[in-house]
Amino acid sequence: MSTQTAPAGSLLTAHDLRKAYGPTAALDGAHFSIHPGEVVAVMGPSGSGKSTLLHCLAGIVTPDSGTITYNGRELSAMSDGERSALRRSEFGFVFQFGQLVPELSCVENVALPLRLNGTKRKEAERAALHWMERLEVDDLAKKRPGEVSGGQGQRVAVARSLVTGPRVLFADEPTGALDSLNGERVMQLLTEAARSTNAAVVLVTHEARVAAYSDREIVVRDGKSRDMEPAL
Amino acid sequence: MHPAYTHEVYTVCTVAPMSIGHTLLGLLESGPRHGYDLKRTFDEKFGHDKPLHYGQVYSTMSRLLKNGLVEVDGVEAGGGPERKRYAITEAGITDVEKWLAAPEKPEPYLSSTLYTKVVLALLTGRDAADLLDTQRSEHLRMMRMLTERKRKGDLADQLICDHALFHLEADLRWLELTAARLDKLAAEVASR
Repeated sequence: MSTQTAPAGSLLTAHDLRKAYGPTAALDGAHFSIHPGEVVAVMGPSGSGKSTLLHCLAGIVTPDSGTITYNGRELSAMSDGERSALRRSEFGFVFQFGQLVPELSCVENVALPLRLNGTKRKEAERAALHWMERLEVDDLAKKRPGEVSGGQGQRVAVARSLVTGPRVLFADEPTGALDSLNGERVMQLLTEAARSTNAAVVLVTHEARVAAYSDREIVVRDGKSRDMEPAL
Repeated sequence: MHPAYTHEVYTVCTVAPMSIGHTLLGLLESGPRHGYDLKRTFDEKFGHDKPLHYGQVYSTMSRLLKNGLVEVDGVEAGGGPERKRYAITEAGITDVEKWLAAPEKPEPYLSSTLYTKVVLALLTGRDAADLLDTQRSEHLRMMRMLTERKRKGDLADQLICDHALFHLEADLRWLELTAARLDKLAAEVASR
């Protein structure tokens, strides 16, 4: 278990998080910390609270009690607007299903977070193409999400999550809908890209082969977290 | 080789002794080789930290020769038995084909130290969930090492590491399932 003091140099920490949905406690004293450039797997059975933990860490869900500190600032002290701005500019997200906007082309999807932040179209799409090259999907730039495979779509989603240069990437079962080969490629490219930009990755997964791309894991069970010793 | 890369992995990496003959035969299918060359190729592809002894190679080749599965393709000048070059025969190719086509007997996996530990932990009222978390952590440590080796390695490395990774993952899936069933297991064990 973490102590009340955030570990030195950590970018994002959570202390004693509690969150209940009605009578059900989703989080019951969870702790977390991650350093820049670190990949931490959050593991645990279905319903253990791992997705709730991710949503709290990302400022999407407000915990009932406990503290979350990002880069020295407490999330609960921020306004909704400030938290939204933080999510748009400092955080990136990848979910199990790419959740790409079907009406937009792949490059427009990747450029979307920059466009929402006010970046001009040309500049946003140039940055988008750079990340699509990194994720080896630049040839799909003009295609719509419906015209690409699941593995390709997920790589487009990873490119989109990295386009703003996030400091924390939240990945919730990013390979859950992919076969082994595509899942492996997505994990290789995702972790290489994140490490090259020194982004921290919070990786929620129940698959051990996916967790093997992390530096260490925490286990969530019945809303409680257990921080396993870092790999030697 | 990393020192922590222990026998856990090699138990699934190494070729069982009874199939050394077939493996050497299979290696000869691509063309005649000297005994030394056979040993080196075998060690590279299948031996890892358990290289073949020269004695094993030559006794195996003698047996294959006697059974007509290989023939001596040439002997280098001044050479003792180690300078012989072997070639596979038609009978040898048929033998390899038969061996490859025959299914391997699946491992029953009905007993393991891991299983024993989980049951004993339950019998003695210890926290089996703790044991499971610790074992998961240890498995993941090995899996990270294999994943890294796979990332840097060639196709042969990828194949052997995947083989090990899937087996380790199977252990972990069993651990996860066991964790989910712990309450039920504890009740069953206590009532016996």
